[in-house]
Amino acid sequence: MVAFRLNGENVDVDVPENTTLLEMLSLDLNEYGPKFGCGLSQCGACTVLVDGEPVVSCETDATAVTGRSVETLSALNDGDTAGRLQQAFIDEQAAQCGYCTSGIIMRAQALLDQNPNPSESEVRTALNDNLCRCGSQARVIRAVMRAAG
Amino acid sequence: MLDQFRTTRRGLMKAGGYLTVAFSLSGWIPSGAAAQDAELPGDLADNPMLNSWIAINEDGTVTLKIGKVELGQGTKTSAAQIAADELYIDMDRLEVISGDTWVVPNEGTTAGSGSAPNCFPAVQAASAEVRGMLLEMAAEQLGQPADQLTIENGTITAGDGSETTYWDLVSGGEFEREASGNAALMPIEEQRYIGQPIPRLDLPAKIIGRPAYVQDIRAENMAHGKIVRPPTYDATLESVDTSVAEGMPGVIAVVRDGSFLGVIAERDGQALAAANALAENASWNVPEGNLPGNDGIFDWLQAEATDSTEYVNTGSPSGGGAKTMEATYYRPYHMHGSIGTSAAVAQMGDDGVMTIQNASQSVFGTGQSIAAMLGMEPSNVHMQHIDGSGCYGHNMADDAAADAALLARALPGRPVRLQYTREQEHKWEPYGSAMVMNIRANVDDEGNVLDWHYNNWSTGHSTRPSGGDPGQLLSARYLEEPFEQPPGRDWGPSSYGAGRNAEAKYVFPHQTMTVNFTPKMPLRVSATRGLGAFANVFAIESFMDELASDAGVDPLEYRLRFLEDERARAVLMKTAEEFGWDDWEPQRGRGRGIAFAQYKNYAAITAIALEVQVNQRNGRVSVVRATAANDSGHMVNPDNIANQIEGGLIQSLSWALKEEVRFDDTQVLSNDWASYPILTFNEVPNIDVHLINSPGQPYLGTGETSQGPTVGALANAITNATGVRYRRLPFLPSRISDGLRG
Ligand code: FES
Ligand code: FES
Repeated sequence: MVAFRLNGENVDVDVPENTTLLEMLSLDLNEYGPKFGCGLSQCGACTVLVDGEPVVSCETDATAVTGRSVETLSALNDGDTAGRLQQAFIDEQAAQCGYCTSGIIMRAQALLDQNPNPSESEVRTALNDNLCRCGSQARVIRAVMRAAG
Repeated sequence: MLDQFRTTRRGLMKAGGYLTVAFSLSGWIPSGAAAQDAELPGDLADNPMLNSWIAINEDGTVTLKIGKVELGQGTKTSAAQIAADELYIDMDRLEVISGDTWVVPNEGTTAGSGSAPNCFPAVQAASAEVRGMLLEMAAEQLGQPADQLTIENGTITAGDGSETTYWDLVSGGEFEREASGNAALMPIEEQRYIGQPIPRLDLPAKIIGRPAYVQDIRAENMAHGKIVRPPTYDATLESVDTSVAEGMPGVIAVVRDGSFLGVIAERDGQALAAANALAENASWNVPEGNLPGNDGIFDWLQAEATDSTEYVNTGSPSGGGAKTMEATYYRPYHMHGSIGTSAAVAQMGDDGVMTIQNASQSVFGTGQSIAAMLGMEPSNVHMQHIDGSGCYGHNMADDAAADAALLARALPGRPVRLQYTREQEHKWEPYGSAMVMNIRANVDDEGNVLDWHYNNWSTGHSTRPSGGDPGQLLSARYLEEPFEQPPGRDWGPSSYGAGRNAEAKYVFPHQTMTVNFTPKMPLRVSATRGLGAFANVFAIESFMDELASDAGVDPLEYRLRFLEDERARAVLMKTAEEFGWDDWEPQRGRGRGIAFAQYKNYAAITAIALEVQVNQRNGRVSVVRATAANDSGHMVNPDNIANQIEGGLIQSLSWALKEEVRFDDTQVLSNDWASYPILTFNEVPNIDVHLINSPGQPYLGTGETSQGPTVGALANAITNATGVRYRRLPFLPSRISDGLRG
């Protein structure tokens, strides 16, 4: 049994041994933000926040979040209304397929939480471990700067 | 839609809510229709029934059905813009359904930047014709002449103030009639959506974490599968002890069919653990030493690619000239490298129908291939496209569909979800072919080209399972009764494979172009963004700079000497102007480069200028800024076009600066993002895109048009910065350093 806070709510989940945080979020809690990209901590598609810090959930054991606070992409919107950072991504149309976008938004949110007015190079550096194959990076940088400004 | 796994035709129609047949409008003929029907535009020619594209629903909505699918390129949104304009309705009345083989028109494969020229005109003509029919019906109902009626958002009003609506007029009916192709289109000045940067309809769900991807499907009672691939392409499974895996928690079944090995479990993690256990307990016969290796591939190509076709021979030979110049260029294998590994969900229903939710670009053809693999009637394989991770060509989406079906067949009644591991996606996807390109030119004493001879050497550029051949599905080759992989093939005009963009768009007194092809495929290959165009434009645009430099002429001016097409010239000059080509000041370690191509020599035109900084100590190339100009014909959605240009530019930089599939004489070695790195946020330039609209001209797809010009501009900028010409991709720091040392 893993007991933790998910997007502000207390949850208890019964998962088999060796379940990853990503699998628990996806299969047991129907969170659709974190995505499987590599399972090797190499791409960032599965990034969520644990106690406010970006964590790759694909290689994190589910039990590691016991007693902690986990936030996924859906923590940022209010129902169907996009949150500020999400809206900036929509305004800049900062995605193509969007598969990488959830992980990127979570990492960018962690940056903005710590540094509300980052420079462009701080944004690039913060996001450098997140891969995007569609080439949305230039737009993503604009979106994060827009949300910051 | 994603949560509910739809399995029956009936359920599907109900869910759509649009397929009701109260009466038929088949007898209706639009007034003013010419005696002879016009040629139907785009995909309407193969799918002329209007009701296969459009349904007017009783609830005041309109359903647009398209066979092209969303790949992140914005096709659904652009198609909706066109339909909304021609139907005179607001976009929010439209629902777009795409890529469901039981519902939508068969538009073949979503590829080759083909949605704009083929799907969009069909949607436009069908919508205009349906609107015309509605007007005629309204005229009759209201007793007013059709040309006195106005339409606003589906409400038709007559001069006397009486009105009706689309939904009242149609109420349960269908446009069961072939298009005539004669309906007048909305005048361009009246268009409300076409030409506007309408935000993508699919993005909000993806950005707020709603289920949107095939990878997101969580069907009720869903089981999870994993595949165990052989260690190498031609390994065979000698024996496997399945008992360990079978005893593991959650395991439902081990599936073995010849050398195809898979496992189904209750959970994804359990399936992965069991697959690892199977791999450990399997023994394979692994033939060794039959691949040329990434260092040997170029010699191999020139020795093996002997099937030569001279596709172009224009003008007449000069018989000499002042001198002859020649250069050879090399392009390694590239990956599609989707960020999400490919996935599919399949269910064998008790009605005998295999339903497969998948992200294939060719749902119709791949469905037929899967049916043939399974020995089923094609009509019993129901393919539903659900958005996936960006694919940029034929990646493993089709294989995932086939593998999910192979597993689902072993567990009838339950949906089986399959998602590959990263290693499987990297090692088994069909790569973009390695190529060698050689150009030889005779020039006069002012450096002008007199004779231009282009040759390339290549393996295949498309092995899609879209033709109904199960041998194109990876796992089908490993079954107990295997389907043989067909030999690679190439094709000529107008779209070409290896020869795409191999003919220079420049006008020379004499030009030849020959493709030297081999049907052998040491590495699995298939359609990768632009096919041969990326490599061919790299070679042509590099060589143009080599010629310009030898002639002592500015590379922009040199290109313009030979470029006659007015739209192409405009794009090239726009890029130069916006980049500030004429005022550019040389600095140590900095370089600028420009390149141009018209995709397929008849589609979208793109020119790119780049500024680079080359670190003289370690050979690292940084792209400082990028300027692009593009003419995609009549623009439907300028922001989508810009997005495609930017994305293609960044991906092309990644290919050119970093990417090469590594393999030794036995197997592929690039098996993750560490061994196959791609461009990251710190390495991406800011991009300045300028779009030239050509109202009234055909819609041209933009998805692949920036690949070639980007690599050309990059090669030229690096030479400008270093004084060294680099002809082998990728431009790794080690290679740049070697060149700098001479
Ligand atoms: S899926 Fe976790 S880092 Fe790639
Ligand atoms: S938008 Fe497709 S991978 Fe980033």
